[in-house]
Amino acid sequence: MLDLTKYDSLGAALRDALDRWPDEVCLIESDRERERARLTYKDFKNSALPLAAALQASGFQAGDRAAIIMTNQSKWLISAYAIFYCGGVLVPLDYKLTAVEHLQLLAHSTARVLVVEYHLWRAIMGQTAFTELRTKTVVVTEAPPNADIAGAQRWEDFHCNSVPEFRERTRKDAACIVYSSGTGGRPKGCVLTHENYLEQCIALTSLYPFWPGVRYLSILPTNHAIDFMVGFIGPFTCGAAVVHLRTLRPEFVRDAFTRYRIAYVSVVPMVLKNLERGLKARFAELPRHKRAMLHALIAVNRALTKSRPNLKLSRMLLPQVHKAFGGELRAMFVGGAFTEPGTLQFFYDLGILVGNGYGLTEAGTAVTLNDFRPFRPDTVGKPLPGMEVRIGDANEDGIGEVLVRSKTVMSHYLNDPEMTAETIIDGWLHTGDVGRIDATGHLQLFGRKKNMIVTAGGKNIYPEDIETVFEGLPVKEFCVFAAGYLWPNDAKLTEEKLVIVVRLEAAQQWTDDLRRDLVGRNRRLPDFKRVSASLLWDRDFPRTASLKIKRGELAQQIRSRTSRDSALTPL
Amino acid sequence: MRTIDQTTDEVLDLAAAHFKVPRAQLSPEDDFFEKLKIDSLQALELLTRLENHFGVELPDYELQGVSDFRTLAGRIQARL
Repeated sequence: MLDLTKYDSLGAALRDALDRWPDEVCLIESDRERERARLTYKDFKNSALPLAAALQASGFQAGDRAAIIMTNQSKWLISAYAIFYCGGVLVPLDYKLTAVEHLQLLAHSTARVLVVEYHLWRAIMGQTAFTELRTKTVVVTEAPPNADIAGAQRWEDFHCNSVPEFRERTRKDAACIVYSSGTGGRPKGCVLTHENYLEQCIALTSLYPFWPGVRYLSILPTNHAIDFMVGFIGPFTCGAAVVHLRTLRPEFVRDAFTRYRIAYVSVVPMVLKNLERGLKARFAELPRHKRAMLHALIAVNRALTKSRPNLKLSRMLLPQVHKAFGGELRAMFVGGAFTEPGTLQFFYDLGILVGNGYGLTEAGTAVTLNDFRPFRPDTVGKPLPGMEVRIGDANEDGIGEVLVRSKTVMSHYLNDPEMTAETIIDGWLHTGDVGRIDATGHLQLFGRKKNMIVTAGGKNIYPEDIETVFEGLPVKEFCVFAAGYLWPNDAKLTEEKLVIVVRLEAAQQWTDDLRRDLVGRNRRLPDFKRVSASLLWDRDFPRTASLKIKRGELAQQIRSRTSRDSALTPL
Repeated sequence: MRTIDQTTDEVLDLAAAHFKVPRAQLSPEDDFFEKLKIDSLQALELLTRLENHFGVELPDYELQGVSDFRTLAGRIQARL
């Protein structure tokens, strides 16, 4: 692998990687059973440089911002490298956001360039706010031949034969602006530097190395902090290969493990649970004696791997299970949200190592990671090399806010010195997550200090993101809270819920019509953003002089007079 | 050639069968995440089932922003 201490930027490290392993496969793009692309490092370079040349010819300069909105595919990584080659700042946007949100973030980030997949561009073009788009250069991929793309350029046409000029960056320069939530009122654009990424890569690959021939399956979106690192920078700086799937259908994902002999993959808890469900269903279908035999072998494996995993032994004891994962799997990583210990233990007992960790975009990819020495599924692992983690304002049980200090912590929130000052204090990142560090140095999480939830798919949902959909509800006032914020002592990380608190008008009743109105509005939100329960409050909300709701005070009132189970009505 | 109503009916039949929910409980305007008690990955499994039945290919993005049966049927209908 490259010695990343010698590099000042991602562009420089990737440039050397492309020249170091020219004939190694770096990228495979598959769509169901069809392989769409298979690139060596040399092929990758030859695809990216003409794009970089075209960017420069269009006036794109070092320090300029370029956004990408695409599902995982080879063009994503090619575009990202071309942008870094030009010294640009990458703005990787979540393709699952709505077109309205895409436009908001393009405006917020002042991206000069956008590389976007056709169906996402079509949705953007259809918005009234489209006329306000200031992004100068738009490159659309996979546009049908006669489609109207509103003056954007086609990927196939956007290249130049001239030799692009490599633009150096320093470690402290911004590499990416990564939005850690949807938009709502206040987009949180984490400005991450080249140093943040290089240091994170060094730490991660010291625990989980890559080398030429190792295949990483990238199913999480590359715009997300996890796969950007583990499914792009990590493998590429080690000469390894990344496999992109254009579909996330479970049957094609399962198939990819075997077809591409996958060594590593990252998932979110939702995907892991889906895999667990699938495996349990297959076990249940076995004839009784075979099922009994399987459970006996699992018990043996569990007993023999109690203190340390033993991949060779596990593969021998449970060959069919491991074959289903391709037989070469070294580890799965799971993060983005809380994972139940029971699920982690299920896989561990089969000899399938699922390394869970904890991180937040503000601190790079991962703050802590389980290292299996021994396996502690009741924790989120130990701090990675280079990470300082401490608990702020710990109570007598050692529980308090998780604070992080490291070279991977972001520079600041874009255009928001106030929020930055509230979040990074004296060099320590205040995560807003609540936990404790046990005697062996493992971190355990208990809840959130912040009024937000993280879904099983790893999405951060802030109440501000969703309150707009309820505007116009015929009540006196309303407010959305994370249930864990209202009742921190009953906080369940496995069951994070959003609650809408409603204050009716003087003589108003809670009627079926009102309930239907509320449910109808709730339905307009994507499923993972919906509110799950309502709470009727019998007092006016406390407000500031400028009439903003004092959320903290309202939450305190609610907390002191109610309990989670009695106060909520499911929607 | 199927009408949109026929397509919608068949979508409801298949969803009920795949997730073992009584067909009578489902109607076109229902939110399939709520009614079938599924997450987005399970919705993708349903998509495969629908592809096989209708003989069309539906890219994953057809599900983006869709959460009721009728709209889903509309996406299928457009490809028939």
